[in-house]
Amino acid sequence: MAKPFEVYGEEIASRLLLGTAQYPSPAILGDAVRASGAQIVTVSLRRESGGGRAGQDFWTLIQSLGVRVLPNTAGCHSVSEAVTTAQMAREVFETDWIKLEVIGEEDTLQPDVFGLVEAAGILARDGFKVFPYTTEDLVVAERLLEVGCQVLMPWGAPIGSGRGLNNPYGLRAMRAHFPDAPLIVDAGIGLPSHAAAAMEMGYDAVLLNTAVAKAGDPVAMARAFALAIEAGALACRADPMEPRDMAQPSTPVLGRAFAKDDYA
Amino acid sequence: MRIEVNGKPIDTSAATLEALLDELGYRGQKAATALNRQFVRAADRATTAIAPGDAIEVVMPRQGG
Repeated sequence: MAKPFEVYGEEIASRLLLGTAQYPSPAILGDAVRASGAQIVTVSLRRESGGGRAGQDFWTLIQSLGVRVLPNTAGCHSVSEAVTTAQMAREVFETDWIKLEVIGEEDTLQPDVFGLVEAAGILARDGFKVFPYTTEDLVVAERLLEVGCQVLMPWGAPIGSGRGLNNPYGLRAMRAHFPDAPLIVDAGIGLPSHAAAAMEMGYDAVLLNTAVAKAGDPVAMARAFALAIEAGALACRADPMEPRDMAQPSTPVLGRAFAKDDYA
Repeated sequence: MRIEVNGKPIDTSAATLEALLDELGYRGQKAATALNRQFVRAADRATTAIAPGDAIEVVMPRQGG
């Protein structure tokens, strides 16, 4: 089992944070969460008519899984929308954790990092523990920490794209620049190998949803991600070798049959 | 009076947010509310008056990424 990581003073054993949307059925969602070993799942708030059961049924399922919830502000395009949504989420989900999304651009769902920093500051001053969905921009990251965030969640690739780590250099630079802040790659992961790569870089955790929910077998994929993330975390701790430009034999050269110079 | 709930116009005689939620069948449900884009705590609904043209949001837990 990978070592736990700490965020906002809480020790979290699983380094996989899982989204709860887009599964074929509630039962498969439940099985996938269990197979993933995730201890944190993301949830949202949406409009519902009076007397509707969808929200209550979903909440009952999540409670039965024994996981911690991380509500999001998905779909919010302004600071005020995000702040109000966070306040509503705190009341409904009874947690001061919030995955803060302020979306700035429709095609890429890229964060509006200016609005993100402003909203993060407002929420942090109001007692929220903010998990900001951001880019790998180091200056934005500095600002987010300055306004009170104690964790950063840079994107791997645009939400739901499954493209993996679009900017490995930027993500490595972020890890190197913030050696002590918890860093979670959030969004754009498509394959377990993408998640493993993030962990090998030294990221503390990975948050994903679509890659599991839209797999042909979400439960098997949830387990595959759990294994990949644990492998990546272990590999990082094991201090990987540096790549070389040239080949170097791994089998000893000395003593090779037919060698001409062994008798020297 | 004519107000808007979750983006849809409705007519109501409810004087407070709490009365409106009761009227619309939300009693006992795990819902959060906003009035004119400002959060209203559950504890404040009974004392939050509604006026014509108000826009109210009522949201509940849902799957999310």
